[in-house]
Amino acid sequence: MDAAALLPAKPRETIEEFRPGDTARVNVMIREGERERVQAFEGTILRGSHRKDHIPLAGYTFTVRRVSYGIGVERTFLLNSPLIDSVLVTRKGKVKRARLYYLRGLTGKKARIKERR
Amino acid sequence: MTIEGLLGRKVGMTTLYWEDGRSDGVTLVEVGPCVVTQIRTAARDGYEAVQVGFQNAKHINKPSAGHLARSGGRFRHLQEFSVDELSEYEVGQSMGAGVFQAGDIVSVQGVSKGRGFAGGVRRHGFAGGPKTHGQSDRHRAPGSIGAGSSPGRVWKGTRMAGHMGARTVTNVGLKIALVDEDRNIIALTGSVPGAKNGIIRIELKRRTDAETRPVLFGVLPLEDETPEPIVEAATVEDVVDDIAEVSTDDADATTSAVEETTDDAVEASAEVEAEAEESSDTEESEEKETTS
Repeated sequence: MDAAALLPAKPRETIEEFRPGDTARVNVMIREGERERVQAFEGTILRGSHRKDHIPLAGYTFTVRRVSYGIGVERTFLLNSPLIDSVLVTRKGKVKRARLYYLRGLTGKKARIKERR
Repeated sequence: MTIEGLLGRKVGMTTLYWEDGRSDGVTLVEVGPCVVTQIRTAARDGYEAVQVGFQNAKHINKPSAGHLARSGGRFRHLQEFSVDELSEYEVGQSMGAGVFQAGDIVSVQGVSKGRGFAGGVRRHGFAGGPKTHGQSDRHRAPGSIGAGSSPGRVWKGTRMAGHMGARTVTNVGLKIALVDEDRNIIALTGSVPGAKNGIIRIELKRRTDAETRPVLFGVLPLEDETPEPIVEAATVEDVVDDIAEVSTDDADATTSAVEETTDDAVEASAEVEAEAEESSDTEESEEKETTS
């Protein structure tokens, strides 16, 4: 009997399958006082993946990187958090690494990722 | 019914999400079943308490067996807890996770993981020596342990290398996030001393209202859902039952076979006979070989 089996996380239908190199839109619930709204954070999956046939660890995280007004911004999300409304994959990327930290030092043409078909 | 606490077994840690989006690291603890083994009364013992037993002992000595006879169990761990109302408890009574409520503040006591003989860097957080600039053998050295000829000795209590861990540790102020009475599991926010499967003593300190509900992914029972049975817990007894059934079936089969052979009627029994003859033949031949 282990803890993960007693309290497993359950993958949600609104979270699409993704892997490093994909471009994804993460819809996050934001609470502003009494109001709740959904804010999107779109960028490249730098680390972490999600498969529908695999139950993730309860505390599983993934990192998304986007370049906003010339500044690189990375956000790490808890995959199972109720604050994650949905994850939509907008582009599949073809990469040879599990962790794309090398993108941090690259800009422009060198920071491109081939599309996976 | 309020008891001061119960004994439990550390299951492990996981992450729990709350409805407002926060998350907490929680330790799951299997609480009980704890059975009352003795009632301490003011008249006889000078204080009031309830002694409870937890987990089955593999071996038990005669004095313990005598002490536990009335509770009907063989317990490995015995601990006493004070209670509000002594008359509500009787020997043999079983308690579990239902003693606790979500929102309860508890302290937990357990034996921390043993680290063996540990150096100053690990045991006391010493910085060790420089890694470079010509250092040799000084990387994890403790440094000076005191002044020179005055006082001319090492102060008592000076932090040095030595045995670390494997001592009783109490964590206070943990909150109960979740109570699952069907599986006797509670979730405590924060960490609990000791390794998995370690025995811990949980003491109830005060009750607070659980402000938010945890987000469950349909696995632990929500109020309107029936819980999934635990496979592991069920199998042990089932297997024992199965073995018992099988053995009785075998006994019946052999007796009937014997009866059939005496009647000398059925082919199947004849086959059994043939096999028996063969085996006896081989045995005899072997015996002859050994004698010759």
